[in-house]
Amino acid sequence: MNTMNPTVTSEADMPEETLIPLQEERPAETVIEEGKTVGIPFADDPKFRLRNVEVFYGEERAIKNISLDIGRNEVIAFIGPSGCGKSTFLRCLNRMNDSIDICRVKGQLMLDQDDIYHTKRDVVELRARVGMVFQKPNPFPKSIYDNVAYGPRIHGLANRKSDLDEIVESSLRKAGLWDEVKDRLDATATGMSGGQQQRLCIARAIAVSPEVILMDEPCSALDPIATAKVEELIAEMSESYTIVIVTHSMQQAARVSNRTAYFHLGHLVEVNETDKVFTSPEHELTESYITGRFG
Amino acid sequence: MPNKKDDVYGDHISHKFNDELTELKTQFLNMGGLVESQVERAVQALVDGDGYVAENVRAGDKQVDKMEVELDEEATLIIARRQPTARDLRLVIAVIKMVADLERVGDEAKKIAKMAIKLSEEGQAPRGYVEIRHIASHVLSMLHDALDAFARLDSEQALRVMKEDKRVDEEYQAAARTLLTFMMEDTRNISRCMSVMWVLRALERVGDHACNIAENVIFMVKGEDVRHTPVDEAEKVVGR
Repeated sequence: MNTMNPTVTSEADMPEETLIPLQEERPAETVIEEGKTVGIPFADDPKFRLRNVEVFYGEERAIKNISLDIGRNEVIAFIGPSGCGKSTFLRCLNRMNDSIDICRVKGQLMLDQDDIYHTKRDVVELRARVGMVFQKPNPFPKSIYDNVAYGPRIHGLANRKSDLDEIVESSLRKAGLWDEVKDRLDATATGMSGGQQQRLCIARAIAVSPEVILMDEPCSALDPIATAKVEELIAEMSESYTIVIVTHSMQQAARVSNRTAYFHLGHLVEVNETDKVFTSPEHELTESYITGRFG
Repeated sequence: MPNKKDDVYGDHISHKFNDELTELKTQFLNMGGLVESQVERAVQALVDGDGYVAENVRAGDKQVDKMEVELDEEATLIIARRQPTARDLRLVIAVIKMVADLERVGDEAKKIAKMAIKLSEEGQAPRGYVEIRHIASHVLSMLHDALDAFARLDSEQALRVMKEDKRVDEEYQAAARTLLTFMMEDTRNISRCMSVMWVLRALERVGDHACNIAENVIFMVKGEDVRHTPVDEAEKVVGR
């Protein structure tokens, strides 16, 4: 409740620093054992095999010894209070953390048989395999067509204009956007509605034929209808891609994911079937968070 | 585990949500109290041959029905407003189901009251009332314990209620046999004995509903559905 401070309208508007101490002041009801995750964190033949992952921002340890498997064609949701490390952990999966100088990642992170943090890893190629959609739609200030064609062009996926046209059309179709934009592909993308822009970003991610799509709160800037469309899209895409979604909306996690992972102060506390997490979670902290007792 | 057991529904960030859940629990217990007294008074009216009290019980069922509708509405609003999860969700779902059980118990009380009126008008010497008293006190204590288990979130007590149900069934069978003997002794007893039999049947059903409530309490506390499972399975769930 922000009745005392009407200028603060949402969590996103608050500086990150004010959020972290608030949680730490609250005594944890249950002791978290480092590296111990309740539920079912592991899977057979996973897409990602992540072991003893630790992330440091300078001296601060933001991710504390997390081990997790992410299955093929699975939709897994990461939930947890702000500052719990879920976005940080997500960004390890395609090395988006590389752009932060003080950030160091330890542990073993495998995408199929490939070590994500291998010194010779081509990060551009990695990010083509592991695409990402962000919280705020971020289309390039170009035409709708060029937004989707951008990736295939730089990765040399299409030699001819007709190939490129085909990729653009099929990506826009998969993103459920084709019928809305097919007559104005040359129009500038920034003129679209927020929901359309976000689906355009999804089309742009799909255009390079990724294996995995990471979504960092993809719907938090969208209205309920646009949100429903993106969620519908997630369900369809899960047939072809592995999807990892960070969300602040618990209902969204409950609706779209197969498994849900609960993060707390850099620990991975619980991973379970989503149905179980939202009806009878195993860990007291998960219960407290999803029932709105802190967060 | 939560800091205070009584407060497991009371520590949300939203105080309004706390109030709504507390209100739901309180209303449910109020309805439980009313239903308990309905059964108790119906049986008393029957045993005393008191038609006036029996009429009161019949009229009282309207209040039970009203509370059922209100509680269902409150539960629906909580779901719509709060999208409860985990133990909050289990509370709301369990209340919706248990309210239906309480309403049925209310109906059984009404049936007993009707029989009390009929029997008091016939004005014959009581037969089978010992059995009625006995089973009534047994199922009333089950109902009371089930509601108490709900109030205190005590799954062990709920389990004890579940176990009692078998004994009530046995007592019911025994009483039915006794009544059959009366009927065979003198066929003029048949009509009366059948009325008493209906009352026993109604009381046995009260025991079943108390048992259902107990099962829902275990679901609320443990998150596992123990309906249609043998008692030893339920025992394992509660022991976890």
